[in-house]
Amino acid sequence: MDVNEHEVSPATREFGCEQNLLSRPDGSATFIQGNTNVLAGVYGPAEVKVSKEIYDRATLEVLIQPKIGLPGVRERAREQCVRETCEAALLSSLHPRSSLSLILQEVHDDGSLLACCLNAACMALMDAGLPMSCLFCGITCVISTEGQIITDPTLQQEKESRAQMTFAIDSIEKRVMMSSTKGSISVQELQEAIALSQRASERIFQFYRDSVHRRYSKIQ
Amino acid sequence: MFASFKDKIGEAVLPGDVFTLELPSPENKAKAEKLICGPGLRRDGDNVSVCKCGVLRHKPPNVFWIDSQQKRYVPVKGEAVIGIVTAKSGDIFKVDVGGSELASLSYLAFEGATKRNRPNVQVGDLVFGQFLIANKDMEPELVCIDSCGRANGMGVFGEGGLLFRVSLGLVRRLLVPQSELLAELSALFPCELVVGLNGRVWVKAASTQHTLILANLLQSAENMTAKQRQQLFRKVADGAL
Repeated sequence: MDVNEHEVSPATREFGCEQNLLSRPDGSATFIQGNTNVLAGVYGPAEVKVSKEIYDRATLEVLIQPKIGLPGVRERAREQCVRETCEAALLSSLHPRSSLSLILQEVHDDGSLLACCLNAACMALMDAGLPMSCLFCGITCVISTEGQIITDPTLQQEKESRAQMTFAIDSIEKRVMMSSTKGSISVQELQEAIALSQRASERIFQFYRDSVHRRYSKIQ
Repeated sequence: MFASFKDKIGEAVLPGDVFTLELPSPENKAKAEKLICGPGLRRDGDNVSVCKCGVLRHKPPNVFWIDSQQKRYVPVKGEAVIGIVTAKSGDIFKVDVGGSELASLSYLAFEGATKRNRPNVQVGDLVFGQFLIANKDMEPELVCIDSCGRANGMGVFGEGGLLFRVSLGLVRRLLVPQSELLAELSALFPCELVVGLNGRVWVKAASTQHTLILANLLQSAENMTAKQRQQLFRKVADGAL
């Protein structure tokens, strides 16, 4: 990679994805960031339980399955972050009284898991062809003990950090849709981290565009 | 006015992409052109925004839509689909069409059906019909007659044949006028083919073996380029299967 490019956009690990890899779900995708890997499946618009029916929009359900064991409190917190981001991006009023389920399976966690979940979720929603007003991506930043901001950290870097932040950023105005933070951060550090994430998001959105181009290049 | 659309035709677009319409100013007496937005495009003030991921298509003079590879069907009025009868309740049948809700089908909506003369439809039968009502707020309703009361190819399926699912994109490729895929397929074996826009395809050929070959070929044609497909079909024609 170019040295100049490092200055322009903050360093992130290599990322990759594959869409439509599962046959049963309506949309599926896997997203890889470095060694972190998440598999996502989307079902819907499908029939909804009467107790969960919302009369003017679709009911979105997000499930995160950890690699080992049963989902716990941490997964529930992540589910809520992902659900609220997806609800903001999806035009769920176009499918009232139906259910959308998004299932995220953690394949390997090497840091930035929530960001990777968000990216996999966006890819899977795109694959399912659900109406969305914009795309979104997730970026994790940590502040090291020396006060340096690192984007897309590994598990080791996360453990050694003073604070950790994850942002969901929309593709149109690059605004923050969701944020989840841990540790103490000054206002200036938060703003710096947001600015860095916004710049890093451009690369992810470009990656989305390239992978969609490649996917649709076969059908003329 | 359509300049921003014109350079993107045939290219992949993503949700959130925006096309601006250069509307003629009111002083300029140029006649305003009409624009028809198909699936995947939404009007958003003076702009048109994309809400689905796919390839932008254009039909002259002014129709634009997005062609995407989806698997889940959403009922649209007037589309012909293959449904499975799942329940009989009073004077309607409940039909599974692959959408988010079961569609209803009246027993009077068959050719020649009257209150006395009920059509012979059992639970588990396949029906080919079109949507009379399909919108997001109402239960979809199927009919097996056209507006003149004729069956016009619709109704209950006969014995034999095989039903399978393919992606909605492949179905649309099969149904375009003068479809290459369909021509190549019918050149291979004589067959009966019913294609529903909900991604269900029913095939019946002279023998079970031929039916299965056709079904497998159709399912594998999904992710092939025209060249790869022709190669495969030639192999089959030479008796490789």
